[in-house]
Amino acid sequence: MIAGMSEKDMARRAAMEIRDGFCVNLGIGMPTLVLDFVPSDKTVFFHTENGLLGMGGFARKGEAHPDLVDAAKQPVTYVKGASFFPSDVSFAMIRGGHIDLAIMGAYQVSGNGDLANWTAQGMMPSVGGAMDIVVGIGKIIVMMMHTTKDGRPKIVKSLTYPVTGFRCVSMIITNLCVLEVTEKGLVLKELAPGVSAKDVLACTEADIVMPKEQKTIS
Amino acid sequence: MVNKIYRESLEAIRDVKDGAVIMFGGFGLSGIPQNLIRALYEQGTRDITVISNNPGSRLGDTEYGLAILFKAGRVRKFIGSFPTATKSFKELYEQGKVELELVPQGTLAERIRAKGAGIGGFYVRTGAGTLLGSGKETRTIQGARYILEQPLGADFAFVKAYRGDVYGNLVYRYTGANFNPLMAMAADITVAEVEEVAGAGDIDPNTIHTPGIFVDRVVKGERYDRWYE
Repeated sequence: MIAGMSEKDMARRAAMEIRDGFCVNLGIGMPTLVLDFVPSDKTVFFHTENGLLGMGGFARKGEAHPDLVDAAKQPVTYVKGASFFPSDVSFAMIRGGHIDLAIMGAYQVSGNGDLANWTAQGMMPSVGGAMDIVVGIGKIIVMMMHTTKDGRPKIVKSLTYPVTGFRCVSMIITNLCVLEVTEKGLVLKELAPGVSAKDVLACTEADIVMPKEQKTIS
Repeated sequence: MVNKIYRESLEAIRDVKDGAVIMFGGFGLSGIPQNLIRALYEQGTRDITVISNNPGSRLGDTEYGLAILFKAGRVRKFIGSFPTATKSFKELYEQGKVELELVPQGTLAERIRAKGAGIGGFYVRTGAGTLLGSGKETRTIQGARYILEQPLGADFAFVKAYRGDVYGNLVYRYTGANFNPLMAMAADITVAEVEEVAGAGDIDPNTIHTPGIFVDRVVKGERYDRWYE
């Protein structure tokens, strides 16, 4: 199996999608690495569903407050211009289309941008805010490993896992490549260093449109 | 003279009967009414329906908050969004010892708010076409598919605020508000646990988050665990 990019490099690439002034929701796990790669000349407000817009980073020892946590229940800090609010207001921001971008993990994504990331057969279901995010936030980037641990494709023709949202994913960043979800289906935009288009096709079930040239992520 | 202050947590929850439907504020461990939860555990109340975002929370190998009620087998049903927060819930669920009603987090908040605000339901796109939307009335509104969600109320709401006064006015801190202000509006009886009791008129009315009209009882929490360093 080809290793491709590290999780940190994937986060660095995802951070390039964040524009000055954006409000961004980061999912639990790998997406939180994106926090470290936002350039200081950009004003970005990170939204955490439990009631904070303007999350700083993870609290250091001595900084933690029991009532100041992120969506993963980890103690965090807040930045200048931040605001705190209750859950209904937080989800008004999400459902009402006020958040610019969400970066989240996935079990599966289909060629037309359907997303599965809340449950699987034989697993206790758990949803959190995922279903609200996918209907409300205009741009959804999925950040995940290209295949499962045992090498099966996670980018599939149609979902076999229960769906979280339909046609909601606009970009997929994996350890191997960057794919854009378009009207024509998935388009290969960029390749991780040392990865070929052939490598990507070999472990993707969904069809991929190949432009004449692919950029390599620097 | 109105005075909603109770002397201790046990006194504030004494009339909670077996089989009660109770909302618990909090997200993870932030803003949870930890003293009221402990009092309910000590009182031995059984057959509870818990409405809360998560059934307690796990830090390292230890589970806190609502987890003590689940582990002691006191809960019949959980209505919430994130049951995977604890191993204890997962075990009970897999053994068929607890019922689960899974609700997307934003829908959970809005159902509770609807009950408190006297709204008889609402349409959202969240969950439409998914397993969590199945069986619900579907309607196309302005070209998009929406499902009907019902208001959600309870016999009791146990909430946690940073400060409260004799009138039941509450102030939250940081992300400690979360579901608390919504639940305070949605139950027959709302019990608020606070870190500080303020004197009459000592909270600036400009800064009150939950007006006292929504709160029946206020009690100063006996003990606050610090989970983080």
